[in-house]
Amino acid sequence: MRRRPGRHVTFLIGLVITLGLLVTAAVSLVYTPRDPLEMSISGRLQGPSGAHPLGTDQFGRDLLSRVMRGAITSILVGVIAVGIGMMVGVAFGMISGYFGGWLDEVFMRLVDAIQGFPAILSALLLAAVFRPTLSISMVAIGVAFLPVFARLTRASFLEFRDRDFVVAARALGAGDGALIRRHILPNTIPPLIVQATISFPVAILAEAGLSYLGLGTQPPNPSWGLMLREAQAFLGLNPWYAIFPGGAIALTVLGLNLLGDGLRDLLDPKTAS
Amino acid sequence: MHRYVLRRVAALAATLLFVSLLVFVVVRVLPGDPALIILGIEANPDSVARLRRELGLDRPVAVQYLQWIGRALRGDLGRSIQYDLPVSTLILSRLAVTLPLTLLAAGLMIAAAIPLGVFAATRHRRLGDYLTMTLSQLGVAVPGFWAGLLLILLFSVHLGWVQAGGFDGWGQGVWPALRSLLLPAAALGLFQFAVLARTTRSAVLEVLREEYVKTARAKGLAERRVLFRHALRNALIPIVTVAGVQLGQLLAGSIILESVFYLPGLGRLTLAAISARDLPVVQGVVLFVASMIVTVNAAVDILYGVLDPRIRYG
Repeated sequence: MRRRPGRHVTFLIGLVITLGLLVTAAVSLVYTPRDPLEMSISGRLQGPSGAHPLGTDQFGRDLLSRVMRGAITSILVGVIAVGIGMMVGVAFGMISGYFGGWLDEVFMRLVDAIQGFPAILSALLLAAVFRPTLSISMVAIGVAFLPVFARLTRASFLEFRDRDFVVAARALGAGDGALIRRHILPNTIPPLIVQATISFPVAILAEAGLSYLGLGTQPPNPSWGLMLREAQAFLGLNPWYAIFPGGAIALTVLGLNLLGDGLRDLLDPKTAS
Repeated sequence: MHRYVLRRVAALAATLLFVSLLVFVVVRVLPGDPALIILGIEANPDSVARLRRELGLDRPVAVQYLQWIGRALRGDLGRSIQYDLPVSTLILSRLAVTLPLTLLAAGLMIAAAIPLGVFAATRHRRLGDYLTMTLSQLGVAVPGFWAGLLLILLFSVHLGWVQAGGFDGWGQGVWPALRSLLLPAAALGLFQFAVLARTTRSAVLEVLREEYVKTARAKGLAERRVLFRHALRNALIPIVTVAGVQLGQLLAGSIILESVFYLPGLGRLTLAAISARDLPVVQGVVLFVASMIVTVNAAVDILYGVLDPRIRYG
């Protein structure tokens, strides 16, 4: 039985949720039901209603508009953090795998050390030295992804370094730069793409956690994690305030995970039956 | 065998050296002047100069690093500016909350994930398997701190069964202390539980396809015996590896959950230190936690090699 994308339930559900996220984010740039920053003293901490489908926060701001706009923050941080981790990780892995020897040993110990710094830990340190900002959270999350990208790239380089086509190119006079760029790097790309799809939802979870701690997005900008931080003080007054932003995170991550699982299932010939 | 262990321990020492270098570079080299961070830009130049002398910032960077790491190796992580206590004393006192929280979460995670993973494997592509996998998909999608908020909403705001966080210390007895750690541990372990359940399921499924399992069944052994004596025991190596790495993740995750439940652990100590510009505390905690994570990862690696000769000689 050949699997088709149109029949793969996991893939389809993931695709629908992810498209929903992207459309919501795009629409929120040009239209939200209310201004996400507009306050209203009389309409604070309301539950869901016709005027405010998800209710309002402690400043009377419309939660639906804020949750919509929060999607942008999540996507932005996810893309940039994974990008940082991938770029630096690939550079490390390339040097390690291509040159080998003591350079490999040094870089791999450095990667082991970086593995000791989950996003929260780097964010704590960076926030203490500089100041908690969105860019610090992106760097902290990116650093946490560095080891996995470095190991993947290194493994590919070790695999392809001594293959015939690389040896032949070297014999024809290709330099290190050309060998890496033209002959080895292109072969490392598919596993890197798969890893990026796994990392993206993890980055979104990490951003939410850091913003919840006050180490990421700063007020008054809408971020799902930051909304939950503020909602905690009003759990008894308006529980919906804590439910919707968290639900948005969970739904987004679920969608991206399902999409990633489905993609890997469809692309990987080994698991196809 | 001895050579393998020795080599791994030497690698761990090198890794720990890099951990300390990373912390040092971020705290002392990147920002320019740590004294200005602690005192603020508008500080009196005399007090800045005094603090620079106290912190040894007037000496060459390499000397500063060697002094700092030399003291850290003897357990001296500096003095907290806010509390005027040794940072190591503060860490030890807060560890009394963070460590039990982490271990409780790990215990709950293992107790729930392994049986469920085995169950799913035995029901492969049937209802029980699909239900377990759905549960695990939800587990990896729900952020731990949101799960914590929902638990507070349910058990303290709605039902009023427990207070919404806080911790009265171990002086009141073990049981009340454990009870206030139970909800945070459950929320903390949720994500890793989902990951471990999946790992267990695929590890057991893998082993169940092996020839020796077929042989055991052909011999007429009871299915339960095949499952536990033959399949699970061999599946344990990947399971233990993943669980070991998860310990470090749980330790890091406890920083967030302590904030949700107002637990006076390492995480809250550090967050308060950031607001108070108490740089030595943040630096000490980060160095300590990162070293713990790296050491646990290396220990798992070594254990893996000891258990499985193919890794040792590979």
